[in-house]
Amino acid sequence: MYQFLYNLIGNEIIAGLLVAVVPLTIILVFALFGIWLERKVSAHMQDRLGPMRTGWHGWLQTVADLMKMLQKEDIIATDADKTLYNIAPVLVFTGSFAVYAVIPFSSKLLGSEVEIGLFYVLAISSLVVAGILMAGWSANNKYSLLGAMRAAAQIISYEIPTALIVLSMVMLTGTLSLDKISQMQTSSFWNWNIFGGAIFSLSKFLLIPFMFVGALIIFISTLAEVNRVPFDIPEAESELVAGYFTEYCGMKWGMFMLAEYGNMFAVSAIISILFFGGYQSPFGYLGNTIGAQWLVPFEQGFWFLAKGLTLVFVQMWLRWTLPRLRVDQLMTVCWKYLIPYAFINLIIIGIISIL
Amino acid sequence: MKQYLRNTWDGIFTVLVGMKVTFKHLFTPAVTIQYPDVKVKLPERVRNRLYVNMDDCIGCDQCSRACPVSCIEIETVKSIPGEDLGITSNGKKKALWVTKFDIDIAKCCYCQLCVFPCPTECIYMTDVYEFAEYERSNFLYKFATLTDEEAVQKKLNYEKFQAEKAAAAAKLKPETPAQTENKSE
Repeated sequence: MYQFLYNLIGNEIIAGLLVAVVPLTIILVFALFGIWLERKVSAHMQDRLGPMRTGWHGWLQTVADLMKMLQKEDIIATDADKTLYNIAPVLVFTGSFAVYAVIPFSSKLLGSEVEIGLFYVLAISSLVVAGILMAGWSANNKYSLLGAMRAAAQIISYEIPTALIVLSMVMLTGTLSLDKISQMQTSSFWNWNIFGGAIFSLSKFLLIPFMFVGALIIFISTLAEVNRVPFDIPEAESELVAGYFTEYCGMKWGMFMLAEYGNMFAVSAIISILFFGGYQSPFGYLGNTIGAQWLVPFEQGFWFLAKGLTLVFVQMWLRWTLPRLRVDQLMTVCWKYLIPYAFINLIIIGIISIL
Repeated sequence: MKQYLRNTWDGIFTVLVGMKVTFKHLFTPAVTIQYPDVKVKLPERVRNRLYVNMDDCIGCDQCSRACPVSCIEIETVKSIPGEDLGITSNGKKKALWVTKFDIDIAKCCYCQLCVFPCPTECIYMTDVYEFAEYERSNFLYKFATLTDEEAVQKKLNYEKFQAEKAAAAAKLKPETPAQTENKSE
């Protein structure tokens, strides 16, 4: 994508900016759609209807909310540390936006073809923690600080199982590049990593149960990293008002919201790349069958979005099913269950991939 | 170790059970309704806003007396002979001009006690329940069909009739006092 635009325009900066606009658009549109979906899913799970008045089944509700948010007064508390307070939402959003730089939406649409994509994702998504701590500290509010502390503790703890599973996938595939991992799982869903990868051998069948365990663990731990229910103690509206963004209002609050939904899709995308074949179609491409090669990247984009949105839906589904974990339960789940399982999984996958 | 594995299993299995329940509810029809567009059917004997059918009202004041919160105010003027007020739907002859029939619905407690004594069944509960107002004074419902001028007119008519009657009586009277005078003498 970048190379194509660079050849077309001939200017590095403009081409780079244009490439950056694509994921930004995707985040914004996804946030609009995701918030609406969340409302509808929650409503229908509780036998309600949800927003119904703005557009067909209320699909414009988020737009209306956005309009309201833009009109709001920007209030900064007197005792807040203004510099940090203003930087924090931008930093949090940057963290979640920067992840999209390496995510391949299809074989033709990817921002940066870096070889260390997975490593970059893990590193850059930790920026969010800094932003959250900044937001909590600068607001000079007990609830904000408590929320920020919890968020930091939680995100850092849950990065370990995530990293362990990512490590085992790196051992299996032998690459850190998200694009290459996607390319490996081509042609059929049977070649997805959750079914042991593309190489047909005994080890493929041995890997399948451990891949399921790995997918489950990374799903749980990334769920905790994006602060979603049942791991939403940093926000915990029933105890901490809104956690680290209690004091924010208007569009700054909106940026936290945007970052949350951006993160949701980002982690879903990472999981789908690692385990569910990324942008690869589960059956093969219509474009190849009818001889229209230009159709393939669009199909890939469709499959990528479909997989990502399915995982996002599962996240929402869990949110409206489970109650919130207590702090000690949260730590127990991470340190006593996920990490040992992830470790054992890592060792077993390592042994099998040597075979 | 056994407990540990059991905990792990419970952790996964119970979540799946919960997810199954919520997934089922995803496809159950909503129990809520789109309120202002769709309304719940009211029970048959529902008690809501009062209404008075003035065509049938005979101004007997029984509803006002039955009201435990005194939210009904009625003033009547007697009709003079020769005036035809018509009859009610159940055949009672009307004898009073109802010059004022006010119900302060803000005071009303919806007990329906005013409905039972009414001899012509002209005061009753309707099924209207959306009558919020911005001004409290708007809750004073005036049911009297006569305009203020008409009411004043009726009152004057009656007073005039009374005066005429009194005058007629006075004409007759002097004879009787004269008789008594005679008697006393």
